Amino acid sequence: MPASFAPSAADLLRYAPETVLTVAGTLLMVLDPLFAKKSPKLFGHLSIAAFLVAIVAAFQANGAQGLAFSNLLIVDGFATYFRVLVLIIGIVTVLLSYRYLDREQAETGEYHALLLFSVSGQCLMVASNDLMMVFIGLEISSIATYILAGYLRDDKRNNEAALKYFLLGSFATAFMLYGVALIYGATGTTKLDEIRAALLTRGADAWFPMVGIAAALMFVGLAFKVSAAPFQVWAPDVYQGAPAPVSVFMATAPKAAAFAIFLRIFTTAFNQIAGGWEPLVWISALLSMTIGNFAALTQTNLKRMLAYSSIAHAGYVLVALASHSDDGTAGAMFYLAAYALMNLGAFAVVIHISGKGEKHVRIEDLAGLARRQPVTAALLTVFLLSLIGVPLTGGFFGKFYIFRAALQSNLVWLAVLGLLNSAVAAYYYLRLLVVMYMHEPGDVVENLEPLTPGLRAALILPAIGIFYLGVAPGAVLSFAKLSSSFVR
Amino acid sequence: MNLLDLVIALPALGFVLALLMPRTQENAIKMLALGVSLATFVLSLGLVNGFQSGQTGQQFVTDNIWIASPEIHWHVGIDGLSLWLVILSTFLTPIAILLSWKAIHDRAKEFSAFVLLLEFGLVGVFAAWDLFLFYVFWEVVLVPMYFLIGIWGHDRRIYAAVKFFLYTMAGSVLMLAGIIFIYLRVGTFDYVQILAAISSGHAMLTHTEETLLFLAFFLAFAIKVPLFPLHTWLPDAHVEAPTAGSVMLASVMLKMGTYGLVRFCLPMFPTAARENASWIVALAIIGIVYGGLVALVQPNMKKLVAYSSVSHLGFVVLGIFSFTQIGLDGAVYQMLNHGISTGALFLLVGFLYERRHSLAIADFGGVATVAPWLSIMFLVTTLASIGLPTLNNFVGEFMVLQGSAQANFSWTVFASLGVIISACYMLWMYQRVFFGETNEEVKHHVPDLSLREWACVIPLVVMMVWMGMYSQSFLPVVSEANAKILDQSKMNVPLRVAAPRMTEHAPPDLSRPPVTAAAAGGRADAR
Repeated sequence: MPASFAPSAADLLRYAPETVLTVAGTLLMVLDPLFAKKSPKLFGHLSIAAFLVAIVAAFQANGAQGLAFSNLLIVDGFATYFRVLVLIIGIVTVLLSYRYLDREQAETGEYHALLLFSVSGQCLMVASNDLMMVFIGLEISSIATYILAGYLRDDKRNNEAALKYFLLGSFATAFMLYGVALIYGATGTTKLDEIRAALLTRGADAWFPMVGIAAALMFVGLAFKVSAAPFQVWAPDVYQGAPAPVSVFMATAPKAAAFAIFLRIFTTAFNQIAGGWEPLVWISALLSMTIGNFAALTQTNLKRMLAYSSIAHAGYVLVALASHSDDGTAGAMFYLAAYALMNLGAFAVVIHISGKGEKHVRIEDLAGLARRQPVTAALLTVFLLSLIGVPLTGGFFGKFYIFRAALQSNLVWLAVLGLLNSAVAAYYYLRLLVVMYMHEPGDVVENLEPLTPGLRAALILPAIGIFYLGVAPGAVLSFAKLSSSFVR
Repeated sequence: MNLLDLVIALPALGFVLALLMPRTQENAIKMLALGVSLATFVLSLGLVNGFQSGQTGQQFVTDNIWIASPEIHWHVGIDGLSLWLVILSTFLTPIAILLSWKAIHDRAKEFSAFVLLLEFGLVGVFAAWDLFLFYVFWEVVLVPMYFLIGIWGHDRRIYAAVKFFLYTMAGSVLMLAGIIFIYLRVGTFDYVQILAAISSGHAMLTHTEETLLFLAFFLAFAIKVPLFPLHTWLPDAHVEAPTAGSVMLASVMLKMGTYGLVRFCLPMFPTAARENASWIVALAIIGIVYGGLVALVQPNMKKLVAYSSVSHLGFVVLGIFSFTQIGLDGAVYQMLNHGISTGALFLLVGFLYERRHSLAIADFGGVATVAPWLSIMFLVTTLASIGLPTLNNFVGEFMVLQGSAQANFSWTVFASLGVIISACYMLWMYQRVFFGETNEEVKHHVPDLSLREWACVIPLVVMMVWMGMYSQSFLPVVSEANAKILDQSKMNVPLRVAAPRMTEHAPPDLSRPPVTAAAAGGRADAR
């Protein structure tokens, strides 16, 4: 193909969401000095607008599915699903952040710009067809998140979290990159479809053990990003230390994107060597579920407990990956959406009660919430029941699809242990319900401010989403099922 | 949308309406809840009226697709087995609301809403004919009961509520795995089709698979029943729950377990059910005797009634696993009887608690002199509970014992001990609470029944007498459904009938005893 400096219109359309986010992010940086003092909320509004435009763009791009920019990008249903998911997470994160940034008197311009850049990186990541693009997307997403994790510069815990996340994240990226290099050395390409074709025609044994090592290294890098055991150690510290809206953003958007690319790489490029990586994922899934759930049992800090719970939920998604089937992929996609919504909602309540400087993040600080703010408590109940996996919530259907896929792939033991794990998990989620409903109000709840509009929206929208996924999962599921066929 | 859909949907609607009402309108919310539950009850009577006796299979069927893929249906219907359990749920819900009128003032809005949600789940459990839908309702029941115990319960309510939730959850996740496994094998959640596939051999379950699946379902149900030694959540939950919670828990929720055994374990896994019957029956008999003996030494009235439930539910399990028509009929009848009489016991104990603010037997004495009507009602209920002829429990217990005697006479001997023990603990409690010296506290704080309390008690007492005197109003449709279930539960076993008995606890005789005439046509409908 002759080199052309002007990309085709179709290419630009397929790249539209990233363009929108990058332009909006840059615009925010320019506007920052002009409006930072006058109207700090403006940047939030602008980001929401940008996310909404990007969602429209993502759907438009989905209308023109195909490869873009010399096969570096691929826009298919799978990419669209995750693009829309991370964009929605972006919107809710902005809603969550209004009150938080206001309370901490933090600057808003850079914050929102970084958020937009991070999400654009994730959009790029889920739509990449080339390991180099994966790397670029991952880095755009990660670097912005490193900064966000330490956004309140004067806060010791923020600094610690950012530093830990940065150091360990760099290591993980290095592992990933090492894997990419080995793959390039072996097959001479970094394009996913070409790697797949190469492995298919010559067989993985031709490059023994290089391809295996490469896959293992990439597994390590990605497992770190999704905080799967045994690479989960950073997550509790970082989630606890980072600003709460950033914690939940980290626990949802980069995780969803990393899982998306995890699925794409391993089920397309490395499909040929599935026998090698499936046991790894199996073990990692079981470890994540077990470590996450059992460690969460003893936590007293809400953010830390939710961090451990997010490790456990990563384990459930890995169960879907281990089942290595269309249904498994669809289950993982569905679950990541449900998981993102319930986590966002739960963290919204944490942000609501935590107060300036996040002083009130112990579980007991929720005491008696149901008496003083019954609606907030009821919404948190919805999120917790969904996290437990009670029917009529999205969390239940997600688990159901995942374990169905696991049983379908004859992973009976993994399914049974996973289901028992979810019964263990019920205990620590119930503790929150106990404290909220069955304890008398404590000082924190007595002096609680009313819900601000932003937080209210950040509670109600995910709750609606969870009921939608729980009662009428058909539409989302059939889209996921359809898209799952793109990655195999 | 037929009548049954309405009966299921109305409580859900009431739940939403109650949540939307302003919390200051306490009385209006209670009236709404009472009105909705009464309307549901009246509607459910239409089910009795329209129920066609002599037809096999479910009636009032609605079968719509809920989720397209995997295909999950809103498939509800009732047969003779579920009919009375649905009625039991709708009958007791208004009573539960009425009896807590005075006791519950704190967060009355949530209370009313949760009771209605509970009713929605219970009716749904008994009406669902899609395994997935069944599981959904099964879990939905858990949430309101958890809150009822945890918010409005007594001192150790939190411990009891969490224990209740975790126990049930642990059991049901394995059932979920079983449901998914069956789905993957048969390709549908529809229970009628699953049964057809299993009985015709299309499901191709190996013996090990069948046993494991049976155990997965059985564990979930046995925890709910509760079968000894899985009963330890029950005394805690009962004692700590508010009166309405205890009533609903004892009367209806425990029946979810026994209903599940009859509805699912027997027809789906006939071979495994029969092979495992011996140890299950042994546990049931241990439960009968053990529950009775522990009840005997309880100083707390509620705990005493709770342990008596363990004992009574043992009879139900014994009847079910006797695999005889009369035993199964008796078991189902005993589910209803226990619902009525133990519900009434918890209710009356609750009335005593509201007066004296104590559940300890030692704090009472001589109540009969200050509150004669309360004492008479309590006496009737006590006599019903210990199985006095002409009252309801006698019929059920007698049938269960007869059925177990047909299967294995030694079972009957041991189980009969339970009847004797139950007379001991109930009458002894009655004596200590209602007779003897009237202490000062009782004299001043225990008035007789109020009009509202009468309204709660009378329907229950009427039912005790009716069900004891004329069981024919209820039993024929139950027998029909049971005959069909028994029929399905031996489809896969002709090979085993011929097998020689090897142990003394051999499976019971498989030849079905003569069934009632009405049940003669009971063969599985080949849908």
